[in-house]
Amino acid sequence: MAELYDRYSSVVYAVALRVLGDAGGAEDVLQEVFLQLWRNPGAFDSARGSLGAWLAVITRNRAIDVLRRRKPETDIEDVIVSVAPDLASEADRSRAAQKVRGVLGAMSAPQRSALEMAYFEGLSHSEIARKTGEPLGTIKTRIRAGLIALRKAFQT
Amino acid sequence: MAGHEQFGEDLALYALNALEGEDRHKLEEHLASCTECRLELEQLRGDGALLALSTVGPRPPQRARKRLMDAIAAEVPTSRAKTAREMGRPRHSWWGWLGWAATAAVIVFALSLWKENVALKADFAALGSRASETARELEELRRVAAPILSNESQRVTLVALKTAPQPQGKAFYLRNRSSLVFVANNMPALPPQKAYELWLIPVQGAPIPAGVFKPDAHGSATVVNPPLPAGAEAKAFAITVENESGATTPTMPIVMMGAGE
Repeated sequence: MAELYDRYSSVVYAVALRVLGDAGGAEDVLQEVFLQLWRNPGAFDSARGSLGAWLAVITRNRAIDVLRRRKPETDIEDVIVSVAPDLASEADRSRAAQKVRGVLGAMSAPQRSALEMAYFEGLSHSEIARKTGEPLGTIKTRIRAGLIALRKAFQT
Repeated sequence: MAGHEQFGEDLALYALNALEGEDRHKLEEHLASCTECRLELEQLRGDGALLALSTVGPRPPQRARKRLMDAIAAEVPTSRAKTAREMGRPRHSWWGWLGWAATAAVIVFALSLWKENVALKADFAALGSRASETARELEELRRVAAPILSNESQRVTLVALKTAPQPQGKAFYLRNRSSLVFVANNMPALPPQKAYELWLIPVQGAPIPAGVFKPDAHGSATVVNPPLPAGAEAKAFAITVENESGATTPTMPIVMMGAGE
């Protein structure tokens, strides 16, 4: 566990901090995520993806739950994450992060904003629509198109 | 995804836990029977993971690591049921078509597996802890015993330059490991603030400090693996009386000395 912590704690903490904007809360989520992994290592299926990506998703979901003061929405065992690039090493993750930032930079501001509000603020599409004054359908389309754009960047 | 386009946008929202109400229910019903959409959901979560992985920030504070390790050490084996209660809602019933009898059988089987798992985990943790403790002790023992037992050790007996009483010191020095064990007996007591200092007298160069020691009430003392330069070849060992803090050059006179046997 110590080895896994040393390898992935910076990712987990960075995601939690980005969502919560609060170091104490991020540390609590970090603790919780690794304790879950320790208690239930079988929740992650190594045949179906990268541990780093899985931890990032679990962390994001948990941090959003904390942010929105709600009970956990999803059992971690139900969270299967399929991601194309190999993200085992810090160098891999750093390259991937750079690529993602490039894709985000190439998106229109409203699309990037809708995607980030959904992902890092945990807003539902109707909340984003209310906030931006745009139709629900437009928000749905932007979020999906944003995610697909990220996928395509790693398929080429 | 062919034929499932109507769920495409909802799947993206669902992957981000941002789908609510009736739309969420409908999609979950569909997911229960549609492998293609489940695979697409996994992909969309992966796309989201890329977004998460693009975040940069400071590393977690050092205390977080200790906090986690302390929590793990103190952890009582917990049940999956407890984890599920704390961490998640009940799993979606995509296999709800199974009859109650089958469900009950699975639960009984899972429970027995869980009990076995908890017991094994506890045994494994205890065994792991004992094994690492034993390994540490063994390594320490090997480290101390190596210069005494090794045929390659240089054995040096130190005797008082003056005759009676007969203090004696034995140095076991393993040059290729820079390991030294020194045992002394019948050493005369010293005034307060004074101590004996052992010196490695190299073939070339100045004497090298090899440990400061004070004999106990019976005149016995030991020095185990003092810091020494790598590979220093010993011509002899000597002992002087120095201040308690030790010295970098020996203060005359030499009270005991011996060359290799």
